[in-house]
Amino acid sequence: MGSNLKHIRHLYARAGFGLRFEDLRQVEGLSVKQAVDLLLAQADRVDDASIIAGNINYKDFLMANEGTKKMFLQEQRQQEKALNIDWVNKMSTSNAQLRERMTLFWHNHFACRTQNAWYAQQLNNIQRKHALGNFKTLLLEVSKSPAMLQFLNNQQNQKNHPNENFARELMELFTIGRENYTESDVKESARAFTGWGFTKDGEFKARPALHDAGNKTFLSQTGNFAGEDIINILLDKKETARFICNKLYKNFVNETPSAVHVNAMADVFYSSKYEIKPLLTYLFNADWFYEEKNIGNLIKSPVEFIVGLNRQFYITYQNPDVVLQFERALGQVLFYPPNVAGWPGGRNWIDSSSLMYRLKIPSTVLNGGVIDFSGKVDPEDEAFIATTRKQKEAVTTKVQATVDWDRFTANIPAKASPLAIAQTILNTGLSAGLTNLINKSTDTKAMVIELVSTPEYQLC
Amino acid sequence: MKRRDFLRNSALASGAFLIPSFLKPLEAMAINNLSGHKNLVIIQLSGGNDGLNTIVPYANDIYYQKRQTIAIKQPDIIKLTDLQGLNPNLGALKEIYDQGWMSVINSVGYPNPDRSHFRSMDIWQTGSDANQFLTTGWIGRYLDSNCSTCQHPYTAIEVDDTLSLAMKGGKMKGIAVEDPGKLYQATRNPYFKQLINEHAHSNFNEDNLGYLYKTMIETNASAEYIQQTSKTYTTNSQYPQTPFANQLKTVAKFINSGLKTRVYYVSLSGFDTHTTQQNQQGRQLKIYGDAVAAFVKDLKQAGKLDDTLVMTFSEFGRRVEQNASNGTDHGTANNVMIFGGKLKKQGIYNNAPNLSQLDNGDLKYEIDFRDVYATLLDKWLDVNNSQVLNKNFSGLGFV
Repeated sequence: MGSNLKHIRHLYARAGFGLRFEDLRQVEGLSVKQAVDLLLAQADRVDDASIIAGNINYKDFLMANEGTKKMFLQEQRQQEKALNIDWVNKMSTSNAQLRERMTLFWHNHFACRTQNAWYAQQLNNIQRKHALGNFKTLLLEVSKSPAMLQFLNNQQNQKNHPNENFARELMELFTIGRENYTESDVKESARAFTGWGFTKDGEFKARPALHDAGNKTFLSQTGNFAGEDIINILLDKKETARFICNKLYKNFVNETPSAVHVNAMADVFYSSKYEIKPLLTYLFNADWFYEEKNIGNLIKSPVEFIVGLNRQFYITYQNPDVVLQFERALGQVLFYPPNVAGWPGGRNWIDSSSLMYRLKIPSTVLNGGVIDFSGKVDPEDEAFIATTRKQKEAVTTKVQATVDWDRFTANIPAKASPLAIAQTILNTGLSAGLTNLINKSTDTKAMVIELVSTPEYQLC
Repeated sequence: MKRRDFLRNSALASGAFLIPSFLKPLEAMAINNLSGHKNLVIIQLSGGNDGLNTIVPYANDIYYQKRQTIAIKQPDIIKLTDLQGLNPNLGALKEIYDQGWMSVINSVGYPNPDRSHFRSMDIWQTGSDANQFLTTGWIGRYLDSNCSTCQHPYTAIEVDDTLSLAMKGGKMKGIAVEDPGKLYQATRNPYFKQLINEHAHSNFNEDNLGYLYKTMIETNASAEYIQQTSKTYTTNSQYPQTPFANQLKTVAKFINSGLKTRVYYVSLSGFDTHTTQQNQQGRQLKIYGDAVAAFVKDLKQAGKLDDTLVMTFSEFGRRVEQNASNGTDHGTANNVMIFGGKLKKQGIYNNAPNLSQLDNGDLKYEIDFRDVYATLLDKWLDVNNSQVLNKNFSGLGFV
């Protein structure tokens, strides 16, 4: 693989959900810069989530009888599931993959849980709409969304009894980061957000009667601040640009941030008044983004892993519960982060059981759980292989997934060698063992299944 | 020389040490079969459990003044001493307490407390100072300490599907096992075995790929050991039908079947009670109390309670005064509950929390949580606490 193609593969691994053979056809002959432009242009398209048709008011149901309440809870669970699957499908099929990838980033940055699927969808659409837009607009809309107001208890944040939950997380996790504010800043800014709440129809509402209109001293400034003022003061601090860029760097470049590169990103971000698109354009065109140490050394998040597999093999699930099961087993259920800090990521994705799941899932979906391989086997293995073959049909029935092998195969360039195929699917270098395995294989499909069942495939 | 060390050293002299430990756990562990074996079970209550409504200081008027609507009413409290009593949802623990198998350490915390869930949980899990950022957990560093039984990931098992920071050391880490049978099956695939064999003798790089292969190899060996050792054991004890009770049931199965694990870790979340606290915390405490009582009785029946210590903690307690939404905001010091068959000091360990001298509305800590850890490390896990905690703590006398 030429270095240009290698860099484009790296770009797609990070700015999207992995390079498909179909994409390979599209980018052949493009420079890296042109490929970045292509991804950015494709990201212009915004496909709102719309699967949840309307808001169900919880309070009406609490007053209803037991039977209705039960139906309501069932409906609520159905909706949560539908919203989750709808987004996985969107990520798996959309051409605006950079927008979806960034939506996923903001989904984790502004981690939030709500049982109300309508609110969750609203927040998801805010994050999608502004995924490459302006960070301040994004932050304001997120802060005013019922999902977040509810999750961080700002609905209960009132003049005489401030609730500090939102104010604290706003600084610690959403903007400026630890070490840059004091406990007193938390208390004072909480007062500025008093009265921010939402109506039962899911509309933001500032309630003046509950707002503390007194003077507040926040980050050494004093005034009768409202919530918007606090956000302005936070964004005036360059630490906020640095904090966001540091997080982006760890997500898109390397888990060990380089202060020099993060500062360069922060300069771009701050001077463009927190516009996200110029920042990403800078990042994906930076030479250092393509340095060897930054290639193939990030652990895919479970959703990136599942979506990447779906995209490469055009997988559709007849039973969406299967996708949810994967998310659960791998430790990343969309719309259900462990806490407001989101998923910690990196090596935290991997422990004994999640790794074994990750190694098993591709063959389960693609081939009824069977990995055909050409290595030597002992009698115990023969028994294992015989069992998996016998169970193949049962597994396939259970998983209920359709794989478009024809489309996958048709997009592989006719003259591509097995090694070239392998090098498109895996983002890492190929070890001697893997090269050996690739050279031994006589069947493309079997080889591909072997490749996606490796530790190497977990990396992007 | 202790008998245990003698046996180990003779086994080493016989050449068993030539076998890379992660490849041959069954053989390597056989040498420890004769040793006495102590288990530590850590239960984490996530979200910041309100200790004042858990072990209630009912004799203190300030408690009732500051918690007009959410204080536990006197008649409902299960009294332990003249000063403190159990939340009524912890009724199942009364019997355990009366047997002398429970101890409560009040006002445990650390200097300059942090009120963020994540940060404070990190501090508890890493055993760091408030202004110190450690990337390894205290149990992880115990695994790193070269203790006699620490060569294997299964020395520390988290019964869950992911591994907490507490369990991750610099060189070693524990293993997360929700269902041992399933994990074992997953490692049996001949293709994976081939990948493992190819990499069995590699020197792994520090990069993520090396990390993945190392994890895969260790998982394979540990899964086999755990499954083979525990699969024949069945318990007759009754447990409540909750996921948390199920996790403790799995821990009991591991302990009772003689697994050479030293530390078990489980957690229960749902304690972040900013609003309408009474119902929410009550529900969680009931799940907790009922499961722990069943677990302690199961161990007693199997004759393992004397070899087991259970420690329950949460990342912080909550503010003394309730908020306007019938809940409590993030606070500081909190109680730690200890269970075991061989407690030196049973019942309430120290003074009830002082509600009149507060720090910004929060309890002042009286016992550093690392003194609790130090006690466990020195007296239960047989490793000098300074090796794990990076400075020496004098420890306590509950065991």
